[in-house]
Formats: sequence, structure tokens, C-alpha cells
Amino acid sequence: MKKMLNVALPKGRLGEKVYDMFEKAGFECPSIKEESRKLIFENEAAGVRYFWVKPSDVAIYVERGAADIGVAGKDILLEYAPDVYELFDLDIGKCRMAVAAPRDFRDNPQKTLKVATKFSNIAQSYYSSKGRDIDIIHLNGSIEIAPILGLSDVIVDIVETGTTLKENNLEVFETIVPISARLIANKSSFMFKSEQIEKIVNSMKNM
Amino acid sequence: MNISDKNLKNEERASFALRSLYAGYGYSQFKMSKFEEYDLYVRNKDFLISDGVITFTDTNGRLLALKPDVTLSIIKNCKEETGVVQKMYYNENVYRVSGSTKSFREIMQVGLECIGDIDAYCISEVLTLAAKSLITISDEWVLDISHIGILLDVIDALGLSDEEKRALIKCVGEKNLHEAALICGEREGAPLLLSLISTYGNASDVTKKLYALGVREEYIRELEDICNALDVCGLSDNLRIDFSVVDDIKYYNGIVFKGYVHGIPQSILSGGRYDNLMRRMGKRAGAIGFAVYLDALEALSEKSERYDVDTLIIYDENETALNINRAATRIRDTGASVIAQRKIPEKLRYKRLLKLSCGEVTVLEENA
Repeated sequence: MKKMLNVALPKGRLGEKVYDMFEKAGFECPSIKEESRKLIFENEAAGVRYFWVKPSDVAIYVERGAADIGVAGKDILLEYAPDVYELFDLDIGKCRMAVAAPRDFRDNPQKTLKVATKFSNIAQSYYSSKGRDIDIIHLNGSIEIAPILGLSDVIVDIVETGTTLKENNLEVFETIVPISARLIANKSSFMFKSEQIEKIVNSMKNM
Repeated sequence: MNISDKNLKNEERASFALRSLYAGYGYSQFKMSKFEEYDLYVRNKDFLISDGVITFTDTNGRLLALKPDVTLSIIKNCKEETGVVQKMYYNENVYRVSGSTKSFREIMQVGLECIGDIDAYCISEVLTLAAKSLITISDEWVLDISHIGILLDVIDALGLSDEEKRALIKCVGEKNLHEAALICGEREGAPLLLSLISTYGNASDVTKKLYALGVREEYIRELEDICNALDVCGLSDNLRIDFSVVDDIKYYNGIVFKGYVHGIPQSILSGGRYDNLMRRMGKRAGAIGFAVYLDALEALSEKSERYDVDTLIIYDENETALNINRAATRIRDTGASVIAQRKIPEKLRYKRLLKLSCGEVTVLEENA
């Protein structure tokens, strides 16, 4: 019997784009395009099972083996550092992790820098590589208002077009790392389903 | 003593099987105390898988630790003798920070270590035992081996900074070709490194490719020796060469390996040649070994039992102990499990319900 390949897709527009890539690679599952609230879709003939999960959870599903492969943003991979293979850069969902601050911000290296962010680990390792002492303020959303209200000096966040920043009188000071969607695989699954996974990677490389 | 296999958990069954496997190859059991001087772990902190160590002060003021690792203790206590290899196995509980909650856990670990003049035979024996260990756990297994020497030859030739090297080794471990290519840039050795990342699979195919890539032959022959040894036992089909097996290069050199079984999302066996660690601990001898993480076996699906007990006997208060005993023993002798109670315990799932009254047994309920 053919082993089913379990694929965790990030819910949302990016996930739909990603599914199209899988479809082109020969792992189609037409039912996924039907309007429904279902989260799991299966095509036994193609040997594939897709499920929609919250984008930031994809890495967890893959690391713990509930999904064999999945697509996650590099931001999530850097933040949670899951023990997975990172097989391919899909070159979609592109943005960057950046430090942003109010336009008139001047960094005073003698003071501890207050950094508001959802990405504590990324911010921590970025500033520790520069030897800068910082105070991390972990927030879960509306990061942009932290410097406006004096909660923090700067923010570390994902910047796509920069519109949100501009509307809140912030601008990018430094780019930490470019971000894009990556195809990740569970290390153990890769051993036992390498043929199917390689087929997907190779086909995506040729798109 | 007659131990019924069905009462054993996966990890207990594996622990028995592995110990008898290693003893069969003449390995002697290394027993150690639960405690070890904390100092041993501080000096070799990076070698430990997790950072946390449970410490406490002994009555005489010494700082002790609940052991997070067995290998360091074995090295500390080994005697060096030229031409001889000490072969030991252990089955110990270690205490480590693990899981997403980052709390301490007691983990049952079985493993073996060879310390002394390590030669090709010794390496192939350890790898054979690693493969056989995986077979005792599952029919679907893979032993992934790599050679740190090959990887370091190629990486050192690139002339990168220490930070770039670390990042590159991480990429190799992730099979991350796209970022490895960025780090290597246009350097002369870049194509060779990228080929190493994408070269994996069946051991005999890969060794052929490695000759074509111009990798140091002495290293390829080490890999081939292992393939041949496993071939003799009919185990080479499940052997893969894969350079993404990168353990801490400060401690490991030469062959490193990881074992996977289908159904467990992480590697359950990990080991390698650790002469570097020996040097750091002031020993001249070579060493190779591996550990099997039995706690991971919990994840292997076990059929959950539909019933807690085969037979439940309900007796009333006038029943004599002798009668209850007789009735229960009679059923137990047929091989079924029996529990006797005054009333039906809540949530107890039983196959058969009997009532004992005045020495008479009647069947009240029979579940298929």
C-alpha cells in the first residue's frame, strides 16, 4: 500500500498559492477548492492528505510528525528553530524581518534598547550578535503602537510593503533578514517517504 | 520467572531485548550511581543535549548532579590499555530538560560505548549493533550515517569565518541548499559542498558518487567497510549515507549516525566516533558509541486495550474469603485476568461480569 503523504498548509492566501504548486507537482486534491469549513482533505489515489493550519503552527505539525511536510515562513523557522529539514525556498510570501522606529529615533548605545516584538528569539539573537544590551517586550499584536506610546524604543517585525509603518509614522532602520516561504520536512518522514518528497521538491524547482 | 510479553510496555520490551543483544556481543554492563559530581558536566556542557542539570549539595558540601548523561561518566572511569577495546553497555535513567514545556524529565536510555584502540572492525561492530537495535524496535527502520571528516575537509577548504562555518554546518543539517549556496558564494569549493548536501541515499550508490566527487578515499573506505559489514548480516538495504547527520563537531570526528523508525517523528538512536571528546577529557584512547532513547518509543502506536480486566467478580458481604479465592483462582488458571470487588468500580471496563453468591457463580454480563 502506498504511504499517504501528510501536508500542512498555512491557512490563507499564501496557502492557496502553495497548494497550486503541489497540484502542479502531481499531488492534486480537487476537493480542497470546494467552499467548505473542512480542514482536512484527502486524495487517496494521489496518496496525499492536506490540512489547513494556522501559519505559525505549521512548523510544530511538521516537527512532531503530524505532517510529513509543510510550508512555513522563514520568520517562524527562525523564531521557533524546529528540528526539521528546510528543503526548498519557494520564493513566495516574500517580506523582511526588520527593525523599525519613529522617524526621529536616534539610538543611544549607552542605554538599554527597549524592543517590542512578536519575535523575541530573532530580536534577541540579532542584538546579541551585535553585542547590544536590550530589553525585550513580547507583544502578540499591534506592535506598531509600542514606540508611539513610549512602551518601546524600536520594534522588530515583519515588513511587507511598509504601509502600516508609514501610517504609524515609523520607518525601517535595519533589515535583519529577508523572509520567504520554505518547504520543510520532518526528518524521520523524509527517511521513509523520501521518494514522494523528492518528487515534490524537484518539481517545484522546475516551476 | 515467567514474564508475559503482553504486560510490557514498548520501552521495557526494547530495553530487555537490547541488553541481551549487547551482552551477546560480549559487552559488559556499566552500572553507575544516580549522582555524579556536577563539575564533570560543567566542563563539558556543550556535549549535553540539554542545558539543564538537576543539582543538589551533598551532606559534605560537594555539589552533585542527577546524571543527565552516561557517556561522560563512562569516559571518566575508563582505563586505557594499548591494543584493548573496552566494550560496555548501559541501561540507565538520565534526567534532562525536554519537550516543549522545558521541564525536567526522567528518560530511560540504553546505549553502548567502545573505548580503546578503535579499528575498522570495532566501528563496523558498533554500526551492526546500532542496526540490530533498530530492528528490535521496528521492521521499518533506517540507519543514517555520515562522516564528519569528509564534511570538515570540504568546509575548511572554503576559508570561511567561524560564524559562517557554524551557519553553514547548520544548513547542512537542515539540507538547506538555498542558504548554504548564499553562504558559500562564488568560492571554489562551493559546488562540492552543495553536492554533498544533495548526495544522500542508498550507501553503495553514495560511495560511488563520493569517489566521483574526489572526496578523500580513506574516508570513503571507512564508509564502505561499514556497508560491507552490514551487508554480511543482510542489513545494508536500510543503511543510508546522509551528510545532514551533523552532531557537535567539537566532540565528534569520523563516523556519526542516527537511527529512525517509522512512526516516531525524531531520531531514536544517535551516536558516533568521539575521539575529540576523549582528548578534551585528557584521554588518549579513541571511542565510539551510541544511545537509544527509549522514551520516544511511547509514540509507537500500541493497540489500546479495550478492557482493563477479563473478568470482574462481584461478591456480597456474606461470601467467605475462601470461596472468593477459589472462584477467582479457577478463572485465573485459565489465563484470564480476574478482579474481585464488592461492587462494580466506576469506569472499570471488563469483558465478563460474574456474581458470586453462597459459593455459586452466575454470569451477569458477557461482552464480546
